[in-house]
Amino acid sequence: MEYASSDESVYEGQKLSHPKSWVTKYIFSQDHKTVAIQYSSIALLTGVAGVILSIIMRLQLGYPGVFDISADTYYQSITMHGMIMVIYLLTAIFLGGFGNYLIPLMIGARDMAFPFVNMMSVHFYAISVLLLFGSYLVPGGPTGAGWTLYPPQVLLPGTPGYDWGIIMMILSVAVFIIAFTMGGLNYVTTVLQSRTRGMTLMRMPLVIWCIFLATVIGLLAFPALLVAGVMLLLDRVVGSSFFMPDIFQFGQHVTNVFGTEYEGGSPLLFQHLFWFFGHPEVYIVALPMFGIISELISCHARKNIFGYRMMVWALIAITAVSFIVWAHHMFVAGMNPVLGFFFATTTLIIAIPTSIKVYNWVLTLWKGDIHMNVPMLYAIGFIFTFLIGGLGGLFLGNVSVDVELSDTYFVVGHFHVVMGISPILALCGGIHHWFPLITGRVMNDTLGKVHFWATFAGAYLIYLPMHYLGLGGVLRRYYDFRGLSYVSESLTDMNVFITLASIVVGIVQFIFLFNLIWSYFKGRQVNSNPWRATTLEWQTPSMPPSHGNWPTKLPIVHRWPYDYSVPGALQDYIPQNTPDNIDDYES
Amino acid sequence: MTMRVNMNTHSNSSLIKTHIQDLIVDWSSDVSTFKVRWSKAMMWIFLISDTFIFGTFLISYMAVRLTVIDPWPDTSQVFALHVGGTDVPLLLIAIMTFVLISSSGTMALAVNASQKKLRLRSGVLILLTAFGGLMFIGMQAFEWTKLIVDEGVRPWANAFGAQQFGSFFFMITGFHGLHVTIGVIYLSVIAKRVLQGRYDRLNDYQIVEVSGLYWHFVDLVWVFIFAFFYLW
Repeated sequence: MEYASSDESVYEGQKLSHPKSWVTKYIFSQDHKTVAIQYSSIALLTGVAGVILSIIMRLQLGYPGVFDISADTYYQSITMHGMIMVIYLLTAIFLGGFGNYLIPLMIGARDMAFPFVNMMSVHFYAISVLLLFGSYLVPGGPTGAGWTLYPPQVLLPGTPGYDWGIIMMILSVAVFIIAFTMGGLNYVTTVLQSRTRGMTLMRMPLVIWCIFLATVIGLLAFPALLVAGVMLLLDRVVGSSFFMPDIFQFGQHVTNVFGTEYEGGSPLLFQHLFWFFGHPEVYIVALPMFGIISELISCHARKNIFGYRMMVWALIAITAVSFIVWAHHMFVAGMNPVLGFFFATTTLIIAIPTSIKVYNWVLTLWKGDIHMNVPMLYAIGFIFTFLIGGLGGLFLGNVSVDVELSDTYFVVGHFHVVMGISPILALCGGIHHWFPLITGRVMNDTLGKVHFWATFAGAYLIYLPMHYLGLGGVLRRYYDFRGLSYVSESLTDMNVFITLASIVVGIVQFIFLFNLIWSYFKGRQVNSNPWRATTLEWQTPSMPPSHGNWPTKLPIVHRWPYDYSVPGALQDYIPQNTPDNIDDYES
Repeated sequence: MTMRVNMNTHSNSSLIKTHIQDLIVDWSSDVSTFKVRWSKAMMWIFLISDTFIFGTFLISYMAVRLTVIDPWPDTSQVFALHVGGTDVPLLLIAIMTFVLISSSGTMALAVNASQKKLRLRSGVLILLTAFGGLMFIGMQAFEWTKLIVDEGVRPWANAFGAQQFGSFFFMITGFHGLHVTIGVIYLSVIAKRVLQGRYDRLNDYQIVEVSGLYWHFVDLVWVFIFAFFYLW
């Protein structure tokens, strides 16, 4: 191992003051690792709320009349569930959690470029979560417009939370965007400007590439959501008509807060703005999970990643193309069909770099020394799930098929496989993999396997029937299917089945949380590098890494991150900071 | 770090190819991609993100302007100032634009002085820039007051035409004005620190350049708002 001495350090004298009091150590901490754990804890707790909301909805759908919740509650639950899962859980935990923890460690930096801004980021995130749940306390409760918040319906009396809930929701999202921007600027600057000696861009672990590019996407996509949110807020609060057309409800001209009529706004504009954010958002979540899976597969198959350069360029291609596919969410919105053709084409083009990645994962596994441990199970489960979700996407990406399937349970099934189950598998795999680094203990294998198999199998029991429901014409966002003649009895039974499966899978998620907490106190202790991984985060002098990661000398990188099973090498892995030395090889 | 020696420069196409390869090697070299300081890199990235905010505002404005039913007001008439018995179109906006662009000039001089480590000169020029920004905000407040109080423009209605005119006007100029206000506060803090000799002691005037980037950006955005909202 070789380390750069601190005085020849290439860094701009990043002076870290080591905190002593409990408050500065755990609440106002500027250590990227503490910030990451704060982010992840809040995100996971928010996620629990999301799971509970989904079970409430499933109970209503499976047993209408038995667990009778009101339509308002159902729509509020839909909205909160969607927002929580997409933004407050997945975006926050992948970038705020994994990003914060891994970036400085894996590129060999002492901390983020601007630790204070980083600390502010997590506090703003906490405020945004409080605002989100605060919407349960305002008159009328949270907004029930669905997570897409489409006007005009979002501001129409009759939609729950049209008066106060929507204000809270927009404020919460705006604060989240501020939090994300502060964190995101840090991630990008850190990756670009503070890598250690020898860590060229093409020697960065793929997970860092992925988090970096996802952050770039976020920094360019969230502005559209912010602008759309501001305009919607103004429509609500000061009576402008950006998105509100002339609209009549029960023969009455709908009026704004000042009693004058809305007129001449463009609801379609909101959809364009929202999806200009919304589709890249899919890749903000997807890229980090690609990265985590790449690391898991290479490390636990003891084999270098197949086609590293191709992987990087595929990621860059996905990043670029993700900005020109947004309107495939709007094929039935009344958009020009010619535009629909354009967006269908770009949508199918983005499948090419994505499938390059899937092929490369499979080829990495091929003839590898596959260790069937828990992280590997999650990784393989992810590949299956993501592939199946992607195949569903081929249907929805084509205009003519999508018109039939729009707003049915096919769509719900598709995006939950791609954006629900796949990230959960990547997330759990990633947590299993890096848990020893964070706590010095390994998570329990048995509980991990129970959680994996129950989630993996259960997910298909939930979402494959949903695809079938969609093909049967069952529409989403209906809170009660009783008395609808086209929903046959067998489809109703299927809804009951899905509800039962989702309750089981929902409960199983608590096994994971239990494992997380139990292993933190009681897990098997390990000293260093339990997975025998090559990347820098496992090569710190102490594990878990201390504040500053490398207290005295920064590591010097001599090789790419995937030197597993190098022919002739003494060990089956060579850490990145091992110099090319004849002693490492058998003579 | 990677050293590259180019031996194959026989044809033009391979020359271009090696140039591109060199560019990639330079950018992907270790430690830092761009050979600038962290603060400057971070400001650039923030400004790119902010560009998307203003870009989205302006594109939304153009999209709505194409779809509104009522006629769009004649801006030269709305933004005219009654001076000496005649209406002078866009007079106030012209002065505002002039002041703001001039403040970019003083900021550039301040950055230049800071690079030569001229404490007093740099500090005074930054203060002058902040003062320019303050004048701009003052004139904008006057413009808003005139429109709201005298001419009854509201976000939901105005006497000139499509109601979206008023809402977009208040939103876009308001958002820009917010940026200018933040910039004035930012620059005042920097000026205070420059004059107190803080950066002399650190022997590091980088922050002046970074704040200058922000200020030039705010001015540049104004040029686009001026062109697309007032002149179109």
